[in-house]
Amino acid sequence: MSVSYREIINNGLWNNNQALVALLGLCPLLAVTNSAVNGLGLGMATMLVLIASNASVSLIRDFVRPEIRLPVFVLIIASFVTAVELSMNAFFPELYKILGIFIPLIVTNCTIIGRAEAYASRNSLMPAIVDGLSMGLGFLLVLVTLGGLRELVDQGTLFADLHLMFGEGARGLYLSFSDDYQGMLLAILPPGAFIGLGFLIAIKNVIDARRDKAAESSIPAVEPVTE
Amino acid sequence: MNKYLPVIIASLILGVFAVAGTTLVSFTYENTKDRIEENKRLALLKQLTKLVPAQQIDNDIVADSISVSAPDQLGQQESRIYLGRKNAQPVAAVFESTTHRGYSGDINLLVAVMHDGTLGGVRVISHKETPGLGDKVDENRSDWILSFAGKSLSNPSPDQWKVKRDGGYFDQFTGATITPRAVVEAVRKTLDYYRLNQEKIFTSTPPALPATEGY
Repeated sequence: MSVSYREIINNGLWNNNQALVALLGLCPLLAVTNSAVNGLGLGMATMLVLIASNASVSLIRDFVRPEIRLPVFVLIIASFVTAVELSMNAFFPELYKILGIFIPLIVTNCTIIGRAEAYASRNSLMPAIVDGLSMGLGFLLVLVTLGGLRELVDQGTLFADLHLMFGEGARGLYLSFSDDYQGMLLAILPPGAFIGLGFLIAIKNVIDARRDKAAESSIPAVEPVTE
Repeated sequence: MNKYLPVIIASLILGVFAVAGTTLVSFTYENTKDRIEENKRLALLKQLTKLVPAQQIDNDIVADSISVSAPDQLGQQESRIYLGRKNAQPVAAVFESTTHRGYSGDINLLVAVMHDGTLGGVRVISHKETPGLGDKVDENRSDWILSFAGKSLSNPSPDQWKVKRDGGYFDQFTGATITPRAVVEAVRKTLDYYRLNQEKIFTSTPPALPATEGY
């Protein structure tokens, strides 16, 4: 069986994007996207767990009996999440403080067990890793986009507080679009998350519809029958 | 026997994964715990140094701390007090103080009182106040919290230790009075506690293992 990596990547980033199409993992998605940096932090943690869990589930898929596969998946995912949580606390303490409860809650992100069950447990190692990478990257991009959007509307900056992830040298690396921007509080409050996500899904659907139309019209159209 | 064989095999496999998972977690824990502890200590030290400049003291202010129970004045069953000294003379006491009267949930403060009873400064450690309104008590959101530095129970006078809305000295924010009111009250109570217990605080010797005291 040949595997099309191109298709896997396409699925993860766009066609079956876990956040915009499958609508999985919305709880952390909506809660932590106050800023682009928060989104980036949680997105990277989620992606890391997803790749590790996909890889290990794929490796053990022949030994694990179907009746105990779910407990085994949960064990694997929970172990990786705890390891990631401890490492984040050790290496990015400030970011860890901001993301707080949402790091351990990666365990309950349906994307991860969903990919383990639907993909990794049926495919060999490399495709499973690529699937984890692209699904995780798709989720991360939505987190960063939504976080950036809300940060931009709320306080007119992008990637403020980058030093929380990359050390003091990155403190000045943010973009500020206006010095006297008064800010729009709604964006950073919970309703802003829902509205923002709604817009992102709508934009994706519009792009898809345009594409379909373009694809259709490139095929020579049959003359419509008119009375 | 044959009937139970699949159960036993399944249990064994599950057990193997439990052991593997626990191994991974404990391995990570062992390798990160010192660093996590050190991070916590450094974060606390950074906060304390903002309130009591490092050149004013020569002791280890994080280790030189005591634990007291004064729920009425400091807001918690157990509050820590970090003591700054120079040449064994008391310089400042930094209180962990909590108010339950915030707009949403507790507000945790660090309140630094210099030896003469003036405030070295106040910082909000954690809070759940509304973004854009009450969260201006946070140092990163506005300079309001800095206005406490240098104040004492005689400056402004005790009846002026309120927000302006209540006829006192301190500013409130547009759209948020409850949060600053709670913070001002917590700071005043901490100053009161210091005034009444000043002697006791500085003469109490820190226990050898402060973290285990009282347990």
